[in-house]
Amino acid sequence: MEFRSPEFKTRAVHALHDANLQKALSNTKAGFVVKRAQAAAEMPEFEALRDTAAEIKNHVLANLDHYLEKYEAAVTAAGGHVHYATDAEDARRIILGICKKANAKRITKGKSMVSEEMSLNEALIGEGYEVVETDLGEYIIQLADEPPSHIIAPAIHKTKDQVADLFAAAHNKPRKTDRAALVAEAREVLREKYFTAEVGITGGNFLVAETGSSVIVTNEGNGDLTQTLAKVHIVTSGIERVIPTLDDLSVFLRILARSATGQETESYTTFSTGPRRPGDIDGPEEYHVVLLDNGRSKMLGSRFQDMLRCIRCGACMNHCPVYGSIGGHAYGWVYPGPMGSVLTPLIKGMDGTYDLPNACTLNGRCQSVCPVRIPLPDLLREIRHQQFRKDMTPKRQKQALKLWRYVAERPKLYHFAERIGVRILASMANGKGKLRSLPFDPGWTGARDLPAPTGRTFLELWQAKRGDK
Amino acid sequence: MSSRDTIFKAIRQGLGRGPLDDAARAKLDARIAEPPQHIRATVDDADLVARFAQRFESRSGTTERIASLADVPAAVAALAESYAIAPSAVVGTALGELAWPEGWQIDHGAATIDVMLGVSLAWRGIAETGSILMLSGPERPITHNFVPETHVVVLPVEHLVRHYEDCWVALREAGQGAPRAMNFISGPSRTGDVEQTIELGAHGPRRMHVLILG
Ligand code: SF4
Repeated sequence: MEFRSPEFKTRAVHALHDANLQKALSNTKAGFVVKRAQAAAEMPEFEALRDTAAEIKNHVLANLDHYLEKYEAAVTAAGGHVHYATDAEDARRIILGICKKANAKRITKGKSMVSEEMSLNEALIGEGYEVVETDLGEYIIQLADEPPSHIIAPAIHKTKDQVADLFAAAHNKPRKTDRAALVAEAREVLREKYFTAEVGITGGNFLVAETGSSVIVTNEGNGDLTQTLAKVHIVTSGIERVIPTLDDLSVFLRILARSATGQETESYTTFSTGPRRPGDIDGPEEYHVVLLDNGRSKMLGSRFQDMLRCIRCGACMNHCPVYGSIGGHAYGWVYPGPMGSVLTPLIKGMDGTYDLPNACTLNGRCQSVCPVRIPLPDLLREIRHQQFRKDMTPKRQKQALKLWRYVAERPKLYHFAERIGVRILASMANGKGKLRSLPFDPGWTGARDLPAPTGRTFLELWQAKRGDK
Repeated sequence: MSSRDTIFKAIRQGLGRGPLDDAARAKLDARIAEPPQHIRATVDDADLVARFAQRFESRSGTTERIASLADVPAAVAALAESYAIAPSAVVGTALGELAWPEGWQIDHGAATIDVMLGVSLAWRGIAETGSILMLSGPERPITHNFVPETHVVVLPVEHLVRHYEDCWVALREAGQGAPRAMNFISGPSRTGDVEQTIELGAHGPRRMHVLILG
């Protein structure tokens, strides 16, 4: 997937003025946020499960080499193949090789963010393969030729009318406007693809060392059709996704859907272990797992190790006020929102990702909902520290901070300046309670208003109140 | 150096250690052999069948109680009639020989693109979430679970368990390791990808009906 994080600021401004996007984003709040809160409240064990999940992940990370070996041995024993890829290029080479050997023409794909990391679609299409995304959301954005804007709801930014236009153009059928009719049309079109694809590629939410199984969790069943009907099934996953046993997995099954969509469970949780067995009349003939490192091993033992606990539920972005205002595309790469603002600089490098951690308001909502308790604000702050140490902080910002520090260290001066400041702002607001634009920082008020002070500082009010007594 | 070696080296470097020694490995292997039991969802319902049905139906699935395996064909036929589905189905041989009403076409092979109805035997049912567990195998073709538009599953009550973990105990007791595919299925296929509004029948079955047997 193209890397456009350096354009964060312009893309964010663009997003704020995109009426369709803003409409779509307002759905998220009512949907995912409310439903997650309900699901968590209905389960007394939810908080304890989050602790346990974080502990299991920490245990795995501390012993990652061992569990990968165990997992690999179990896959091999089941007749499957495990491939390791150090980076995106390595992964593409491996997968292109498998597709070539399979004499593939058509490739179906279930949703996989790791394959986005690999820029896999571009590579496959470049080699002449037909690639069909089968998750409805992924299919929609594939038709629109756009990247996903959310890790579990990739087409969340699209309205029904936009989907109707895309389908009418792609399917050569009369334009449908009814939601059910749109879903039915996609079902019909994609059905034929499943049955004729030679290779099916899916993600892997979890890899179970005990059994050598890859696990996907879906609502649509597209991943199942993808991997069952193609001759060759390729799983793409990150090296950190292994967990020891089926009992450990059960903990994650209880928190993943609740955190992601607020469901008690998704419709399908599917375990795949190797190719079809003797006597089986369906299922793939070949089974491959491609495990991607791409910067993950470097996070081990670093200040960012906690990030490797991530189960890609999307809760952090659903609850992020910044994501809620600008959507996923502004972040410019595979992973948006809080988790993306940590991962993108770590995977793609500090250059060109300066704005991501700095767009964060450090309000902490992401951490409060993260099912594996990743301290996202701390990690974002740590990236800011590293940027500062690398001298990446813009000059103007540094000067402003220096000035602020000078004043803040002199209480009398500080209060004097504050008194003047609030009075000026109050008179500028002219009794309206808010400011539409700031003369010294018009950017800040480009898409929001500044609540105006009433004319007196906190300290003045406090002193007046105490004086009353 | 192979990519595998590079990655393992980087992992160990990150963790600040070399390969684990035998004692440490043995300890981790013991954790797999005797998996620690974690906190579960409380399922204190005395009536697991009621809980299963309530949960499964909360996601737009339907259930029905039948007394014996012999009742399966009539129940399927009634369902087919009410939804105007042609009398033709793919049926896993795990269900054994069933006496289908006259005029019914029964196929035990893999489901092909035009199959509208599948009938399968569940391996377990889970009361916690109202889910069924299907295992793949020659007698339980996996395509039956996903291709047909309507999927009927027979769940014997003695195979209804409380938690996911009870399935793992049963699986380990069966001693065959993991089958090629295992599916927890918790209702009809659904999508919220168009404006976050749920529509049924995205790719898998639009309708799911569980016949609770016994
Ligand atoms: S960081 Fe936490 S909340 Fe965000 S996607 Fe990962 S697991 Fe979910």
